[in-house]
Amino acid sequence: MNALVAIMRFELLLAWRRKSALATTLGFFVIVASLFPLGLGADPQLLRLIGSGVVWVAALLATLLGLARLFAADHEDGTLEQLRLSCVPLPLAALAKIGAHWLVTAVPLCLAAPILGLQYGLSASAIGVLVASLVLGTPVLCLLGAMGAALTLGLRAGGVLVPVLVLPLEVPVLIMGAGSVEAHMNGLGAGPWLSLLAALLIVFVLATPWVVAFALRISSE
Amino acid sequence: MPVFWNSVSEFVAMGGYGDYVWGAYGVTLMAIVIEVLALRLRSRRLGTPAQRALGAGQS
Amino acid sequence: MATLTASRSRFFRYASPATFYPLAGRLWPWFAAVAAVLALAGLAIGLLIAPTDATQGDSYRIIFIHVPAAWMSMFIYLVMAFYAVLTFVFQTRLSAMMMRALAPTGAMFTFIALWTGALWGKPTWGAWWVWDARLTSELILLFLYLGFMALQSAIDDTRRADRAGALVALVGVVNVPIIYFSVKWWNTLHQGASVSLTRAPSMAREMLIGMLLMALACWMYSIAVALVRVRALIVERERDAAWLREAGEA
Repeated sequence: MNALVAIMRFELLLAWRRKSALATTLGFFVIVASLFPLGLGADPQLLRLIGSGVVWVAALLATLLGLARLFAADHEDGTLEQLRLSCVPLPLAALAKIGAHWLVTAVPLCLAAPILGLQYGLSASAIGVLVASLVLGTPVLCLLGAMGAALTLGLRAGGVLVPVLVLPLEVPVLIMGAGSVEAHMNGLGAGPWLSLLAALLIVFVLATPWVVAFALRISSE
Repeated sequence: MPVFWNSVSEFVAMGGYGDYVWGAYGVTLMAIVIEVLALRLRSRRLGTPAQRALGAGQS
Repeated sequence: MATLTASRSRFFRYASPATFYPLAGRLWPWFAAVAAVLALAGLAIGLLIAPTDATQGDSYRIIFIHVPAAWMSMFIYLVMAFYAVLTFVFQTRLSAMMMRALAPTGAMFTFIALWTGALWGKPTWGAWWVWDARLTSELILLFLYLGFMALQSAIDDTRRADRAGALVALVGVVNVPIIYFSVKWWNTLHQGASVSLTRAPSMAREMLIGMLLMALACWMYSIAVALVRVRALIVERERDAAWLREAGEA
């Protein structure tokens, strides 16, 4: 547990030193979400319909951005090797890194989402559901993305490979996340969808770190 | 078992759905032909066992 | 116990590329021939003998490839996952090569299932593409195949490629049910756009026989193609191995 906190604190400190990288992810998220009205026209009715989906797709793409950096630097300077040899279990270390990654990249997205929701004319309660779904769903995106990053570690084609590997697996998160907002707006209640997302989150938090650690072993052998 | 169709043109027309039916079967055939040809090309490029043995002997 | 170890050792003997290479070379023509015979019989029954469907007319004749292709697309992914398990449990190189040999054929069948589904959908529901749970899952399955193949071709080190590919296949197979059900629920959420595809036309006996023959033909074809491809993979990887050179001189 101490190791988990220590690694996370270290990662957060590193991220703090590179603040511009964080701003880039957030900027990308906002820009992608803002492009849709420009492409589709600013009909308020239409925007309200597509708003949750657009924000979710933008979140999917934005969480992919920082992934290349997740393990690459540690791989190059040998930190990863140290972690593998240290007494800290590799899944735990991976979980700590992913948690820190989520805190620095995905939490800003969750905080910025209400503003985008307003741009799309979502009601206050719908925005609440959107943020709740993002808070539950983005950790899953980070976990899956970390798996992709671990598998493609050190590959020249890694940058384009991660989206191809990871995005199909992220489809359920997108469906449940955007679906929760839509169900809420249709008066069906977002509860079941958010429960599903929460269930998915628990399963993924418990299972994915081992997969990521295994992938890291495969890639750095 | 009797053949269902009365004439060849009826068979080709497929009850008015010829484009769809033959489009489906044609593309399937094409996909299979492409796969088989690509595979044959790949095997050819590797050479026959005897050629491989010669090449390995020279190097 | 003795027979068990004997059968185990025989199993592992065939798991060695050196013994499997000639075996695959002997076997694949048979599978190809059986596939051709079954396909001809299936096509003859499906296209020539089976009667027209009362509700769909002759457009229904697409099912003789559509359904077998869809079955194969899913089945091959499962077989790949099975070989992925073997790769990790027994550390056999051959199982990883089989996994790799199957992927392009699986992707091809997925594409055929989508293509024929579109051509069947147009006359039946009036749209080339319906965002129905099954079609959408099939599309995502195609993406999974493409991801697997992209990863395999991006990794030069064969051991790493094998193990990374096996991991991707396993993660994919675990996710397929999640994807299918989430797409299904998503479909019920969007009632307006959905078309109910769950209707089982009462199939004439000829239709069923034709479809089963075609499914078997696709199966045999997949085996034949996978065997040829695995032979090519073996040669590419073990070009300099002594046994391959000896096989050439023999």
